[in-house]
Amino acid sequence: MIRLENVVRTYVRHGQTVTALHCKHLKIEMGEYVAVIGPSGSGKTTLLSLLGGMLSPTAGQIYLDDCSLYEQSVAVRSAIRLSRMGFVFQTFNLIPYLTALQNVQVPLSLKGDARDVQDSVATSMLCRFGLGDRLNHKPSELSVGQQQRVALARTLVNGPQIILADEPTGNLDPASREVVLKAFDDCHSEGRTILMVTHDLAAAAHAGRRLVLREGSISEQSDVISEAA
Amino acid sequence: MTLKSLVWNELRERPWSVVSSSIAILLGVAALVAIRHVTVHSEQEVSRQLSSLGANILILPRDASLQNYYAADRNGQTLPEEHVSEVLLAGLPGVEKVSPKLSMPAKMGGLDVTLTGILPQSEFTAQAAWQTAAMFTPNRHEGCTKASHGPSDVDGTPESLNTSRSIDSLAKDQVVLGADVAERSAFSDGDTVEMLGGKFTVLGTLSRTGTVDDSRVFAHLHTVQDLAKTGEVCSAIEIIGCCEDAAGDLVPELSKLLPNTRIVTVSQVLQTQVGVNRLMGGTSWFVLGILVVVGGASLATAMAANVRERRREIGTLMAIGATPGFVLRLFLMKALILGVVAGTVGCLLGLVTAIIAGPQWAGVAIMPLWSLSLVAIVAATGIAVAAAYFPARHAAKLDPCSCFQEV
Repeated sequence: MIRLENVVRTYVRHGQTVTALHCKHLKIEMGEYVAVIGPSGSGKTTLLSLLGGMLSPTAGQIYLDDCSLYEQSVAVRSAIRLSRMGFVFQTFNLIPYLTALQNVQVPLSLKGDARDVQDSVATSMLCRFGLGDRLNHKPSELSVGQQQRVALARTLVNGPQIILADEPTGNLDPASREVVLKAFDDCHSEGRTILMVTHDLAAAAHAGRRLVLREGSISEQSDVISEAA
Repeated sequence: MTLKSLVWNELRERPWSVVSSSIAILLGVAALVAIRHVTVHSEQEVSRQLSSLGANILILPRDASLQNYYAADRNGQTLPEEHVSEVLLAGLPGVEKVSPKLSMPAKMGGLDVTLTGILPQSEFTAQAAWQTAAMFTPNRHEGCTKASHGPSDVDGTPESLNTSRSIDSLAKDQVVLGADVAERSAFSDGDTVEMLGGKFTVLGTLSRTGTVDDSRVFAHLHTVQDLAKTGEVCSAIEIIGCCEDAAGDLVPELSKLLPNTRIVTVSQVLQTQVGVNRLMGGTSWFVLGILVVVGGASLATAMAANVRERRREIGTLMAIGATPGFVLRLFLMKALILGVVAGTVGCLLGLVTAIIAGPQWAGVAIMPLWSLSLVAIVAATGIAVAAAYFPARHAAKLDPCSCFQEV
């Protein structure tokens, strides 16, 4: 379970303190599929960074299984991200000088897996996303949709319980978008927790729960599906 | 995928960035290695010359300039050969051998050579009066073996020109070839060669010395005088002293005896080279300083720029689960590889430069000094890693949120 208690995150810009996010209470159960929607600058990415243990709150606590995330050391938070969380980025963030296979091997390497294990696990993960014939292609040699599938394979290769996605369908054509959303659906059906930040209301409709962020404030919204429909 | 392969892949992808970031270190190491190689070999050569020729004295024309002991007789001026008799008849203590030389430019089979006339020691035996005079010399130098002017029974081969700067026997129609001349002309023992209109038989070939002697052809002094029509003159008279002490005492005596000449010891000649060595030694420390400051600063700047360029990539790695320690190691590993590669390439470049330029700069042949090369590579690596430490630490402290498009 992920829980936010009285979390506030502020930034100082040009001498002015700006509140990017304030959340009195938010609880996300394990296995939930949550979509966060809201206009640009509403604090969606800040929320994702806070939940990923990468941005400490100015005030309040974030709990992961009743354990305060930011009371852990940086190294422990890195280990949590490596073993329990997976990030999906809007711009994929593949490492440009590595092949598709090598990109997917990076999390396995960080975990300390042996070379042959990395090869077999990463290859089978890429094959699952239909990229068995693109193992040795660099990101620049792949289409946008293929790049996002490589990024998805990299996210899922360590078997994370929690997937944090930042506009995962933002740059995709309809076919690739469907592949990504289907992958999220599959992950959800496997019992993984998904928190997806998106502008795409149709994509948000795949989630079982929708949150709306407005000027840093989070609220539940249950009628998104009908609006999108 | 390992930390090392991650770094290698990045370096392979950006070769120009690698070259530009490590060029200062590479050039610094090359300069340092080249200068140190020449300095060390030059010092060894000075030391070798001092130990083997320390007791030698040169009698030169008064206005002769002198930079190099081996080329002392190539100054274009001459002095009368009768000075040889004067020295021997004076019976000065400590004089072991006297060797007059006359050098002339000549062509041998189309090859430009220096024809050097020398007087074999057997000529001195023929002049019994000199030996008699020496026997009655009252002031023999303490610690010296008895001065004898004539053939020795130690080394009678042409090679003695290299080892004792004189030769026992050399007929008037014989020549001895220096190593370079023999190699370039392809003449060997027993061949007939023609120079200055005279015909000679090759008596032997000298081994390589790394000095101008390698490009000389040695013939009988009187033959050279006759062919060159110079009269009874020589370019220099070399006196082989019995010990370094004796050489020091001999100089004032000889100056008194031959007032119109210039008398120098080998030590004096070598002072010039010692001065050059000191200068080069100082220069090598200066280059090391430049290497540390410029090479280090250049690499640190390149590394800081690389950190800025790769903010998103670093953020992504951290989001995936890389620890700050991993990011720190990533950049330090890169610096380590750059240091080793730049150090090794710079070292090889410096070695090649020293080997090619050494004989011209300092007149010495250069052999690789592996321990010095290893120290240069280790120093380059150390500087690279130290220079990269702060940019690497900065990278390790980057906000991982930079992997997101906006915050």
